Order: sequence, then structure tokens, then C-alpha cells
Amino acid sequence: MKGNIHERSIKQSVDWALIVTYLILTLIGWLSIYASIRSSEPPSIFDFDFRSGKQFVWMLSAYGLAGIIIFFVNPRIWEAFAPHLYIIVGVLLVAVIFLGTAVKGSRSWFVFGPVSFQPAEVSKITTSLLLAAVMSRSDFSMTRMKDFYKVAAIMAIPMLIILGERETGSALVYLGFIFVLYREGFSGWFLSLLGLAIIIFITTLTASPYVSIMILIGVVTFCNAISEKHFWRMLLFLGIFILVGSLFPWIWGLITDSVAASIQKISDTYTVTLPGREPRVFWSFLLKIKPIYFLIAVCLGALPHFAVRAFREKNVFGGASVITFIVGLALVFSTQFIFEKVLQEHQRQRIEVLLGMRDDPTGVGYNVNQSMIAIGSGGFFGKGFLKGTQTAYGFIPEQSTDFIFCTIGEEWGFIGCLAVIGLYVFLIARIIIDAEECREKFTRIYGYCVASCIFMHLFINIGMTIGIMPVIGIPLPMLSYGGSSLWAFTILIFIFIALHREEKKYY
Amino acid sequence: MRDDRQIKILIGLGVAAAILLGKIFYIQIINGKYKADSISNSIVKEIIYPTRGVIYDRNGKIIVGNKVAYDIMVTPREVGEFDTLALASVLNVEPRLIIDKMAEYKANLRRIGFQSVAMIKQVPAETYMSFDEVKYQFPGFYGQVRSIRDYPINAGGNLLGYVSEVDAAYIKAHPDEYSVGDYIGKTGIEAAREKDLRGEKGYHIYIRNARGRIESSYKDGAEDKEASPGHDIMTTIDADLQRYGQMLMRNKAGAVVALEPSTGEILAIVSSPGIDVSMLADIGKHYEEISSNPYKPMFNRAVQAYYPPGSCFKIANALIGLQEGVLTPSETHPCYRGYQYAADHKLACHSHKSPIDMEESIMMSCNAYYCYVLRNILDNKKYSSIEESMDMWNRYVGSFGFGKKLGSDFPSELGGNIPSAKTYNKAYGKGRWNSNSVISLSIGQGEIAVTPLHLANFCATIANRGWYKIPHLVKEYEDIHIDPKYYERHYTMVDTTQFPKVIKGMWRAVNSAPGAGGTAWIAHVDGLDICGKTGTAQNPRGEDNSVFMCFAPMDNPKIAVAAYVEYGGFGATFAAPIASLMVEKYLNGEIPWGDRKDLEARMKSSYLLNRVRIRRR
Repeated sequence: MKGNIHERSIKQSVDWALIVTYLILTLIGWLSIYASIRSSEPPSIFDFDFRSGKQFVWMLSAYGLAGIIIFFVNPRIWEAFAPHLYIIVGVLLVAVIFLGTAVKGSRSWFVFGPVSFQPAEVSKITTSLLLAAVMSRSDFSMTRMKDFYKVAAIMAIPMLIILGERETGSALVYLGFIFVLYREGFSGWFLSLLGLAIIIFITTLTASPYVSIMILIGVVTFCNAISEKHFWRMLLFLGIFILVGSLFPWIWGLITDSVAASIQKISDTYTVTLPGREPRVFWSFLLKIKPIYFLIAVCLGALPHFAVRAFREKNVFGGASVITFIVGLALVFSTQFIFEKVLQEHQRQRIEVLLGMRDDPTGVGYNVNQSMIAIGSGGFFGKGFLKGTQTAYGFIPEQSTDFIFCTIGEEWGFIGCLAVIGLYVFLIARIIIDAEECREKFTRIYGYCVASCIFMHLFINIGMTIGIMPVIGIPLPMLSYGGSSLWAFTILIFIFIALHREEKKYY
Repeated sequence: MRDDRQIKILIGLGVAAAILLGKIFYIQIINGKYKADSISNSIVKEIIYPTRGVIYDRNGKIIVGNKVAYDIMVTPREVGEFDTLALASVLNVEPRLIIDKMAEYKANLRRIGFQSVAMIKQVPAETYMSFDEVKYQFPGFYGQVRSIRDYPINAGGNLLGYVSEVDAAYIKAHPDEYSVGDYIGKTGIEAAREKDLRGEKGYHIYIRNARGRIESSYKDGAEDKEASPGHDIMTTIDADLQRYGQMLMRNKAGAVVALEPSTGEILAIVSSPGIDVSMLADIGKHYEEISSNPYKPMFNRAVQAYYPPGSCFKIANALIGLQEGVLTPSETHPCYRGYQYAADHKLACHSHKSPIDMEESIMMSCNAYYCYVLRNILDNKKYSSIEESMDMWNRYVGSFGFGKKLGSDFPSELGGNIPSAKTYNKAYGKGRWNSNSVISLSIGQGEIAVTPLHLANFCATIANRGWYKIPHLVKEYEDIHIDPKYYERHYTMVDTTQFPKVIKGMWRAVNSAPGAGGTAWIAHVDGLDICGKTGTAQNPRGEDNSVFMCFAPMDNPKIAVAAYVEYGGFGATFAAPIASLMVEKYLNGEIPWGDRKDLEARMKSSYLLNRVRIRRR
């Protein structure tokens, strides 16, 4: 590196807070991996026969890698070589399906002797780089369809290949890039629609299609009411509709119950007086009508009215909400199909357990139940370092990789969880704030990509251990055992630190 | 706008972190369930199953006992390589079974963990002994003692009920009482007295070590609890009489119920075709066979079948007529082979002498006589309308126990049906019916439905001259107490002084010389003074049902029996012989050689099931 009179010293230009947070997290991970070793004779933390010793090697090598990225690599090359790296990793992603080794049902690992490597981990970095490179071009506009498709393709290609490798968890992380698009001017409505779709999918499975359609009607009408001049009138109408709609299934239940009772009565007298003959009661058809039929009839009656009105008034928002509603209805009725035909058996079961539709502490929900027991048993202050019984006795599967958070919950309690989650939130927020400071669009967008990736891993992984996300195995950044993951996150974060330093160095 | 979105994203980050921390706070601090579970995770409770209470008959004979069987348990994680064929041959099962089971456990290994699972259930003791000798060759396999039901006497399959493993839905509804693998009484006495019979489970607590294996006893067994066995039950059943009733009813559809009138105790309750006790011990294996049997052996006809009582019901009408003052014993009515109640409607009767008085009407079972009696009851000027008199009749009949569940301790008892003014207002319309419309009630046909238990209880009521105690199956015995309601007398609305008048007729029905016109002379047994009433109930599906109820001796009665034989023809053809043989067996202990022994042989060998019209579903 050549000296420059305007150049600031390393001390001033590097964001030390980020680096320190990163170091603390890797150390917490190392200690937790050591704590989760099951053995009657506790080994030394440096014993290479155990995972804590191996992790120590991974950590040292990751630190070396971090140093190289900050001090020896010219940060300019990342933007320049983004497309090349993206294509190389893409090829590896496909190659691993045919050449990789099957680990736990998914072909996503290359194994070279003692070292194994997962292209999906690296793919996060290259996708982030290419996204940043494409979106930072001066002629790029989020609102232009051509650019939008380009961005969508960059995200979707690795995501679909990874889905093909049956690594659902890693694929889910790519959804996090939507936050980046949002930051760069992508419509907030799209985020809301995605949220609405998820809510409808869940309520259709847990409650009923009736409830889902009520929610759909409520949300769409409310959004329309905001843009309407008769806001209060619309709101009143909506309130009455929801009240009537919620009471209707109950009232209808009372009606059909009494009909069923009267039919039963008639059939009882038949069995005494005319044995062997079944009565035919003309109003028994009422029993076959379900409340949802009425709701659908109301919708089908009202929809054309709103559609015609939106068209006549050239109200784009109105038209969009009619389309949203129709798509929503289609989702409600296809949910069962998606759930039963598209999802795989184990994924379906996990979702069922997560949504409380299935109750089996020893079955599919075993992992989650055990991990919640471990975390719950920690209490406020935890049981103390190396004092955990649940993790040490091997009740938790994957306890040093995907379920590493259990060890923290059990041994360090709520205080420990608060500290670890606090560190992650600080790390993510700091990256976002640093990114916003940057004048280089590339650095900013890349920063947001890094923040999104860490956030998705954090939320899915911890959410999974405490039962608010389905069990989809993805590691907790910097904490989980494994070189592939640690290296990937180190590279991801330190490229950003290097890019950010580049900004600070000269201005 | 850009800054605005940065803030929104940061707020979103904060919200997401708050959601995670909120849930963590909930499971670590607020909800204590997970802490309790962590304790149960590192200790193991080994359940010790209690022996179930024994069921005795009234004379102290064991009808349901226990015998030892073994469940062959396996801890899949401890199983190594083993000789499947050797294990299969020693356990006396197909090798395929073991291979399939082991494959299944392997697939669920993560769920099973270090737990043991029952691979083969209820292996007999002899098989287990030979397994025990070679057990060392099969690490991971061991036997667990379970006591299973044993039936020394073939009596009362339907009333005893069976025991089987409790199902998941029931466990969910009673989480504190039952868990997977427990046994529970499913029907009959086993179900009704489940709480007394089951006993209390015990447990031994062990500590698991880091490998999940059992290491030592927890607190040296201070917290252990021994199982306490279930309470024994003494039933009111006479096992010999019950078995005898089953033999008589073999290959016939119907029921026989015998009561001790003074106590309401059920001496025998036979439903035929029934379940053989040999099937009860391992009901799972026979369930398909039982439930697909077209004669529905699970259906307990004695307490669940709705039958018309036929002519037995004439006694009830006679008693109501006497009480209402519209009938005197000396009153005579003519009968010319029936009763003409409209120009083109006649209720037919068989040929007998005419005119006759009340006693003779019972003895000869005259239909016409009771048409007069019922019309006099219903057209009584005392009442302002037929509706009022009809409802009065309904209340009288109800006071005999008909038309409602008697309240016996038998689960699944049904209530039958007795019509009221409302029934006919609905069927014909208000004011569009009269005593002629309901004339078949006089002879126990029409809208009346009773169970054999009702009929036996009615007979006991007559035997007691006007009261009954609710029929029941369980006696007061050691720690078992029964509901005080079973000691209460239930008086009918008819004065006790009226009963001897009808009893005289019932005595003559049985004890008149053959040829004198008594309908039940075949039920006569020298020296027993049996009083009875035949019934021949119309059966819309085929041949008439044969009905008979009787009690004996006339003074100080010891037993009341009701027999109902579907498709049996006249009351005297099957029901009267069977009921009288039951009485004779109970009072005399055995049937003497001669006519009575021949009758017994004929009853045992008769096959009536081919007459039964099977209703297809």
C-alpha cells in the first residue's frame, strides 16, 4: 500500500466497532461449541479431536482471511469482478448437485478429505456483489421494468438452484434481499402484499378459508378507504360487515343444529314405529350449505360492481385492489393444494407442528420441543457455563451447529440471549448506518445486502429454536460450528468493512 | 424518502428482535412448563402397572381374574447384530414381523431415543420362559410383566365387557389419568367400574446419565411409589345361572334377564348371540370378526333392544283398569275370535270359551277383553278428553319403569318408548283420534317399545306386589359401595292391594291342567308355584317374537325372569320353556330327568338364527 498525504490511518478509517462485535461473536460461538460437547471427561478447549478445537482453527484462519481482505486486496476488484464471481459460483451451485456428497438428504456439499465446502454459503456473497454492481449503475432505475427483471433474475437464479439442492433454509435467505430493493425505492406496497399473502396462507391452514376471506375483504376495503373521500362512511360499513360476518357462522351453526336435531327426532320415531326405513326430510339440504358459500356469493356479487367503478373512475388503486382480491381468493383456494402437493412431507409436518395443528412432543416437533425445553430451563440468569444438562446430555440434535443458540439459552439464561441478540442488532444496525454514510452507491447497496443476510440467518435460526419458525437448518452467523459458514460470513462482512474503509480513507 | 426508509428498516429490525426476545422471555420466565420438562428429561420414570381388580359372582366364584403375560420390550439403540431367525423361533412369531418392526424403529430412531418400545405384546408365560433362558444372546431385548384378563367361567361375555389399550383420543381428554400403554375397561362392568378396578400405577425413578442410559436409582428410591392393585368387585350375577341361560339361548336371537325381586339384583343377563369370553382377553385380534358378524353380538339386546312387549303388557292394563275403578275382577266380556272396533276392523283373538272374567282373560290371554279394558280406561268420563286420559295412562305405565332408563349400573342401557297424547296428536292431528285408534296398546303392540330389562323389572314389580328396586349388577363388597338409590323402593301408581288379583290369573296361566286353556302350562314345574304371562309379539320382519315373563314362588318370590326370543313364534314355544328352566335351575339347582330334561335338551339344540332376517347396511 502506498502512502497518501490525505490518507487517514488505519485506526481512524476502519470501523473498529464492527470488528470488535465480530470478534466477540466468534468467541461466544467457540465457548458455546465447547459447552455443548457431550463427554464425561471434559476435554481441553483446544483439543483437536473435538469440535471446539477444530473451530479454533477455523477462527484463526478466518481472522487471517479478514486481515487479507482489509489490507491486501484492492476493494475496487469486488465491483469489477462481481459478474465473473457470480457466474463461477453459479456453475459450482449446479455442479454440486451432480458431483457433491449427500449430507442429511441434500446434495449441497463438496467434500475434499477432511474439508467440506458448501457453494450455497459463498453464493450469498457473490449475489450481493452482483446486485450492488447492477443497481449502482447510473442508468439504473428501480421503477423501470427491464431493470426490475434484471434484479429479480440475479436473486432468483441462485435461490432456485439452492431450492433444487433441497436447502430450503439457505434459499429462504434470498428473500431478505427484498429489504435492499425496498431501500432503493421499490414500492412498499409489494412488501405489504407479501406479508398479506403469508398471513392468508397461515390463516387458511390454521383457521378456515372463511376467516382468510374475511381478512382479505377487511384489508382490501380498509386500504381503499384510506384513499377514499368518504373515509368514515367506508369504515363504518366495514365495521358492520366484519361484525355480521364474524357472527354469521355461529348463527348458521345454531340453525343447522336445530335442523339436525329435528331430523334426528323424526328418524328416532321411525326406528321405533317403522324399523328399517330411513326418513327423507326435504329440509335436510340445509345441512349441506356452509357459511363460506354465502360469503363467496356476496363477493361474487360485489366484485363486478367495484371493478366497473374503478374502471369508470380510472382509479388505478381501486383496480389494483380488485386484482389483489381475486389473486387473494385464488391463494385461499389453492393453499390446500400447495400445502399437500407442492411441499414435501417433512416440510408439511414441520409447518403443521409450528402452527399448532399437530401436537406431538416425541414426533416431528421433537427437535423444537427439546430446544425450547433447553432454552426455557435456563431461566433469567441461566445455569452457568458448562452447567447445562439438556445440551450436554444430548437431548438436542445438531447442538453445535443449527441449535447452538440452545446452549446460550440454557447456560446464560435470558441475560445471555439479550446480550447475543443485542450484539447482532448492533452489528446489523451499524452496518446499515455505515452504509448510509457512504457516497458510493455500490458500497451502500452491498452494505444493505450484508445486513439483510445476517438478519435473515439470525431471525430464521433463533426463531426456529424457540418455535416461531419451522425447522429449516441454517447456521447462526459466527456462532455455529463449521468452517464453511464462518468463512463465508467473515468474507461477507469484511468486504463491506474494506469498502467502507476505502470511503473513509480519502474523504 | 431515503432517510425515511432507512429509519423504517431500522425500526423493523428492532421489532423483529423484540419478537425473538419476547418469545424467549415467555419460555424462560413466564411459562414454567419448559423448566418442569427439563427435569423429566434427565430422569426416567419406569411405570409399574397395578393388577386389575377381580370380578366375582354373587357366590364368590371368580368370573374375571388375572393372569400373567409378558410384553417383549426392545431398546433399539442397544440392539446390535442378532440372529433374527433364532429370536423369531423362540418368541414363536414370523421372522418377517421382527424384521419389519426393527426397520420401523430404525426409521424413527431419533424420536425413540433411548426409550424402550413394546415389540410384541401379551406373550404367554411359557413362551417368555424359553425366551428368558436365551435372553443374553439378544442385548436390548427384555420382557415386561403385564397382567391380562383371565376368564375361568364362560359366563357373561356381554355384561363383563373387555379391557384394551386406551386410545389416543381418550388420553387427550383425561391427560392426568391415563397415558399411552395403559389398559382401560371398554364396555360392561369393566367400563362401569373402571375407577374401582383399575388400581393405581406406581413408578420407580432412575437417573439418566449423559449417554441417556439408566445409571442409578433416584434418591435411593425415596420418591418411588409402589403400584396399588385395583379393588375387587362382587357382582349380583349367579355365574351358573348366567352360563345356563347362555346355553339355552345358544343359536337364537334375543335376551333373558333374571332378577331377585326383593333386592333388584340382576341374577343373569343374557344377550344372544353374544360374545364368548375366550374372545374378550384378546379383543383386538377378534374385533374385526365380532363387528362384521351379521347378528351383531356387540349389541346388548337385554338393555338396548326395542321390542314390543306383546301380551305381557295386558297385566299393566289390567292393573291400571283396577286402580282407575273401570275394571273389577268379576267383570266378564264376550270374545268371538276377536274384537270388532269398527265396521271393517277387527282385532283378532284365538278361540277360547266366552264370556270370560279377568282372571281367565290373563290365563287364556284374551285380546278382546283388553280392548274393552283399554277403552274403558281411555273413555273414562272422569277425564275431560282422550288426551287427558291418555296422559294419565302414560303416567301409570311410566310408574312401572317403562319408557325411561331405569338407572341401572349397566352402561349403555336404553329407555324404550311409551306413547302419550302428544305422540298421537302428532301422528293423527289434534282431535282426530280416539280410543279405537290406539287399540293395539291394549295388547302391548303399536308405539310401545321396551327392553327385556324393563320386562324383567315389571315382572319383579308384580312379584313384589307393587314396587321395584332399580336392577343392578354390583353388590356392596369390601371397599366398594353402591349408590343408595339401589336400596330404595319405587312404588307404582297402582295400590299394592290390586296386585294379588292379577297374580292369581298369572298362576292359573301356568298351573292349569293342559287343555283347560292356560297359555303357559308348559312352564309348570311341580312344587315351584310359577306365575307367568306369555306374549306373542308381532315382528314386522318375520315370524312372531316369543315372549314370557314369570316369577316364583308365588308367595315370597325369589326370582323373576323375562325371556324374549326373536322369531320364536308363540310365547309358549320358546320363551316360556327357557324362562321356566331358568327358574327351575335357580330354585332347584338341577333339572330332573323326564319331560323337563327333554325340554331343556330341545331348547339347547334349537337353531333359530336361520330365521333372522339380516338388515343390510
